[in-house]
Amino acid sequence: MNGSLQQDVNQETFTLNLGPQHPATHGVLRVKLVMDGEYIVEAEPVLGYIHRMHEKMGENRTWAQFLPNCGRMDYLSALSYNHGYVAAVERAAAIEVPERAEYLRVITVELNRISSHLLWFGAFVLDLGGFTPLLYAFDDREQILDLLESVTGSRLTYCYFRFGGVYNDIDDSFITGTREFIKRLRRRLPMYDALVTKNIILIKRLKDIGPISQDMARRYGATGPVARGSGINYDVRKHEPYSVYSEFDFDIPVYQEGDSMARYMVRMDEMEQSMRIIEQALDKLPDGEIQPKKAIKMVKPEKGDYYHAVEAARGSFGVRIVSDGSNSAYRLKLRSPTYSNLSLFGEAAKGMLLPDALALMGSLDLVIPEIDR
Amino acid sequence: MLLAKIKEELKSLYDDIDIQESAEVEEAAAEEAEAPPVVEEGAEAVSEQGDVKEEEPVTKASPPGPREADYKSKGYHLDVALPPEKVVAAAEILSRENFFIEAITGVDWIDEQQLEVVYDFNHFEELCRVAIRTRTDRSNPEVPTISHIYQGANWHERETHDFFGIKFSGHPNLEPLLLPEDADFHPLLKDFKA
Repeated sequence: MNGSLQQDVNQETFTLNLGPQHPATHGVLRVKLVMDGEYIVEAEPVLGYIHRMHEKMGENRTWAQFLPNCGRMDYLSALSYNHGYVAAVERAAAIEVPERAEYLRVITVELNRISSHLLWFGAFVLDLGGFTPLLYAFDDREQILDLLESVTGSRLTYCYFRFGGVYNDIDDSFITGTREFIKRLRRRLPMYDALVTKNIILIKRLKDIGPISQDMARRYGATGPVARGSGINYDVRKHEPYSVYSEFDFDIPVYQEGDSMARYMVRMDEMEQSMRIIEQALDKLPDGEIQPKKAIKMVKPEKGDYYHAVEAARGSFGVRIVSDGSNSAYRLKLRSPTYSNLSLFGEAAKGMLLPDALALMGSLDLVIPEIDR
Repeated sequence: MLLAKIKEELKSLYDDIDIQESAEVEEAAAEEAEAPPVVEEGAEAVSEQGDVKEEEPVTKASPPGPREADYKSKGYHLDVALPPEKVVAAAEILSRENFFIEAITGVDWIDEQQLEVVYDFNHFEELCRVAIRTRTDRSNPEVPTISHIYQGANWHERETHDFFGIKFSGHPNLEPLLLPEDADFHPLLKDFKA
């Protein structure tokens, strides 16, 4: 004990535990920090506090029984996870999805993406010391939760998609409600812009803070707004079009700076793009079935392995399936985006001031249950 | 275009494997599992024949060589089966071509007494998903680390070590990541009992 204490004195560094119970870590993440005064010498995230072994659960229950698990990983954009999983199984078992069902998937996933970004926006500004925007953001997000509740039956841990379709059709009140919500959010976003984005305190906290280079994103496999904030034009919806995304006209916001402000701007701009997708999907929404005519009772993908990726709110969510031809997975690998995004924190936070590192951490948009799975 | 280029580059990794196979046939017995002589389109052939061969393993160890996969049904473009000692060289080639790392994971082939490690790579500019796979003996699973090339592999390898007990030699910190720090079990092994 004396030895280690002595060494610390000589180096004038000390160890600081951030979390696992700390508001800025949004759940149960712990970061072991070696500090030199206010500056970070080393930062090592410690994971696993909420690890539930979803991948094992995928092996010991049937394909369909695993569906509710998807909403319990990234609980803020549960529908993206639903989408990734059902799309992977549909690819493996060669299940056709009616067009209307794909449209409904896109509409609800994009609504979910906006609600996820709104919550991130509020929580991120809260991390930086601004309390009020959180209340505004939750007010808007509440509208989405009501809309999604009316069609999926739940407000957070959705389990709306089925193999070959969705379980419930939307009605007219959902369509008018969604259009009204888009109108409302389009009025609110300029207010957020004036109130928060142009706020000099926010700019000083984020500009040039926590730079992530393109090479760093590549070496760590960072995707989503983290990569796009570093000038990487990578969005699975465009890069590897799945579902019916190729039928919509939307842009991928990309910022070159690589700092926390860039990642902030990417997400703020993405909300408008998601609204554009929803509007087009509602305009073009085809009639027809929402599930295959012949009900799928048993899913038995052919032997072999399959991969499917979707763009979740935080980046590329990938599902790797190994099937032995039976009614449950032989191996189910879930590649969660935040896991890779957070893994670069140790390198990126080196030499930063502690409060700046918290701004960096907030700009990564962490969801711990998704990292730990 | 990228696909053809990377396929060509990865082919160079097999130059000495062919020589080895013809030169030391007897000694290759241990390596045979990783590089079975010629198994053409193993998995597909089995599944097409349906129920006749119930005893066949789920998927056979892929034959060596970068093989193009049917992207639409599989979700990846290139399937590269390598012996463990070639993985680092493959990662170096992919890194040179600016691929990014998507994930690393394991599969327990208990019937064949082997553990497989699968590496998924993709490219930011052009869609090209490359799956590198390698098999190692289940009783002493060891694969060299690629965390010095792809720093993101650090956590993926630690996780794979957690779940399967696969040792990544040269890894700077192969401590449990998601499991408790004193965990001495590997939950994704097929013979794991809670």
